[in-house]
Amino acid sequence: MDRLSHEKIPIWRDERVLKAAAQIISSLIVLGFIFWGIGNFLEITQQRGMALSYEFLNEAAGFPIKESFIPYDSTMSFGRAVLVGLINTLMVSAWGILFATLLGFLIGLMRLSTNWLISRIALAYIEFHRNIPLLVLLFLWYFGVFTQLPSVKDSITLPGPMYINQRGFYLTWPQLSETGALFGISLVAGILLAIITWVVLRRIREDKGKETYFGRVSLAVLILLPLIGWFAAGGAPLRFDVPVLQGFNFQGGLHLTTEFSALMIGLAMYTAAFIAEVFRAGILAVQKGQIEAARAVGLHYSQILMLIIIPQAMRVIIPPMISQYLNLTKNSSLALAIGYQELFAIGKVTINQAGRAVPVFMLIMAVYLAISLLTSIILNIYNKRVQFIER
Amino acid sequence: MSRKLFLALNLLVAISILAAGCGGTQTVEPTPTTGSEVVEISTPEIIQAAGYGEVLQAILARGKVVCGIHTELLGFGYLDENGRNIGFDIDFCRAVAAAVLGDPEAIEAVPITAADRGPVLQTGEVDLVTRNMTWTSKRDAEWGNFTWITFYDGQGFLVRADSGITTLEGMDGATVCVTTGTTTERNLATAFGDAGLSYEAVTFEETSAVYGAYEEGRCDVATSDKSQLAAVRAGFENPDDHVILDITISKEPLTPAVPTGDAQWLDIVKTVIWALINAEEFGITSANVGEMTSSENADIRSMLGVEGEADWGYTTLGLDPDALARAIAAVGNYGEIYNRYFGPDGIAFTLDRGLNNLWTEGGLIYAPPIK
Repeated sequence: MDRLSHEKIPIWRDERVLKAAAQIISSLIVLGFIFWGIGNFLEITQQRGMALSYEFLNEAAGFPIKESFIPYDSTMSFGRAVLVGLINTLMVSAWGILFATLLGFLIGLMRLSTNWLISRIALAYIEFHRNIPLLVLLFLWYFGVFTQLPSVKDSITLPGPMYINQRGFYLTWPQLSETGALFGISLVAGILLAIITWVVLRRIREDKGKETYFGRVSLAVLILLPLIGWFAAGGAPLRFDVPVLQGFNFQGGLHLTTEFSALMIGLAMYTAAFIAEVFRAGILAVQKGQIEAARAVGLHYSQILMLIIIPQAMRVIIPPMISQYLNLTKNSSLALAIGYQELFAIGKVTINQAGRAVPVFMLIMAVYLAISLLTSIILNIYNKRVQFIER
Repeated sequence: MSRKLFLALNLLVAISILAAGCGGTQTVEPTPTTGSEVVEISTPEIIQAAGYGEVLQAILARGKVVCGIHTELLGFGYLDENGRNIGFDIDFCRAVAAAVLGDPEAIEAVPITAADRGPVLQTGEVDLVTRNMTWTSKRDAEWGNFTWITFYDGQGFLVRADSGITTLEGMDGATVCVTTGTTTERNLATAFGDAGLSYEAVTFEETSAVYGAYEEGRCDVATSDKSQLAAVRAGFENPDDHVILDITISKEPLTPAVPTGDAQWLDIVKTVIWALINAEEFGITSANVGEMTSSENADIRSMLGVEGEADWGYTTLGLDPDALARAIAAVGNYGEIYNRYFGPDGIAFTLDRGLNNLWTEGGLIYAPPIK
């Protein structure tokens, strides 16, 4: 026995050597393929004078962008234009995600309802949105709904005042006045401090078992601090920017354009259908016995929902939810068709004006990849916390 | 331990491959390929760059000329009731196909958007772009080679007749619909910026979406090349409700273009366009091209490739002597093409010839002689 085990195994039968060889060969193939791809790409771009350079990002863009959340005009650079596009993408995605989640949650609960009518309405909603391509839905929203609203002169007036016409929503919006800086700071400080108080006091209660009234205390902080700031600022720190019809359009106030609204609502409603199914799956995944047990110990229905069902459903809900959020963000690139200028639309204009297709496409891909990975990381951290609750 | 060792090994291998590869590409000299063969076959006395003649060879092998075109622009590139691609731009593509392959139907019409025009030229996906494209220095430098101006256009504004807008200043604060990825967008920014006027631009990728949004009332103004505006206006339900303002804010020389790298192909397309213009000067039409072969004028006989007449360049261009005659027979001369779509009895809409008259008629249409 000893002799056998000490006998030298031939190299071609040594498992470790074989494994190493297989690893090296497979990585050679993969690397060779990647290298060939990159080499081919570089050669072709060289040949066709499409050299990979990003210097053009400093040149003046020269094209207008309708809506921008940072200052922009057509004399600014291509780089700035792309940044405007990125912020527009993030803006429409963030609002889209918020509304899609709320609506999806509602539809999901409706779908679970024991009421036949409510459940069928939710089913119809889900099937309608899941079985029609998003682009078609966006066209429907844009050309079928939003541009069919009354013209500027016949705008619908709502109290506020708020005006609705085929060019979008014009809202009266508060703005910090010249003396409002102090109030602005106190508002931000109040929110931050309220969160900190909530977390700290709650931990103290959990650790020491002493009631700290964390809810009431943080609410007081949230109200009192900005209130102090309001009076300290003296006079009215906020003034209301009211939209006024001047010439062709309303000026002032907050303008949510038709394109933004159509895209945001289209994306939110489409994604909500998928999110509703995710919610339903998550809630159905909670074992019936859990609910029966909760009922047996005398928990109220809302308590069962908040303490038993939702925490356990979250485990199932979060991972598919991440991909729905990513889908929504990526789908926002369809905005091109209905005239909302987000990252992809501005990228395409940049390609045309600067004539650099490959670098711009690579930039766009890198940015979308970064957004997606960042979203995944954040939600995965949250997911891990939710998963730990499992018992 | 061993796992780390494997990783290290793999990394080493990877680095060495990359290093070897990089070294490789740097030392490899560009070797003469198919280009040189072509040189030997055609005319050895002319020194020709790599790529020369490749497009023509590919077209002959394929039996089709691939053209990047518009499918939604009345008059320039659109579909007739049978779904056939027709239009002013398409006819130039057909003329080239008739000259090269003898058949004006031997085209492969690839619909492209305004923003696609650069990339399809840069990658050589199409042989020819005849899609309502303005010639600019930057596009010539970066996209491809522009051939010959076929239509002189300028950017204008389309407004509703009851809007009361008559001047550029009258548009202050207006919402303007515009196609994205065009010179139009930039001209708009420049014109309004210079005049110190504010505006809101709503941009779309598709031309149909631009005018759809304008017609619905999303915009007060639509801006584009005047010919395009005329085309769109003619297609509206009530054309009289809309007016094209008498303002021109840019020069838009519409020009077909070819990918860079094949000088022969560039010359072929240019010569075909020149021939169509020369044909109008000489009074050669699709109807009388046959009779004209017995013309008194030696230049006409040469252009039509009558046997025994001088070579107009076809030997070097790799074409048949009667290639230009076939092009004229297929689509007619420049004036015929223009009138087919924009003339008094044009099938698209009526557009005054203006700058697009022959130079002898006070216009700008002028081409080098075919001889």
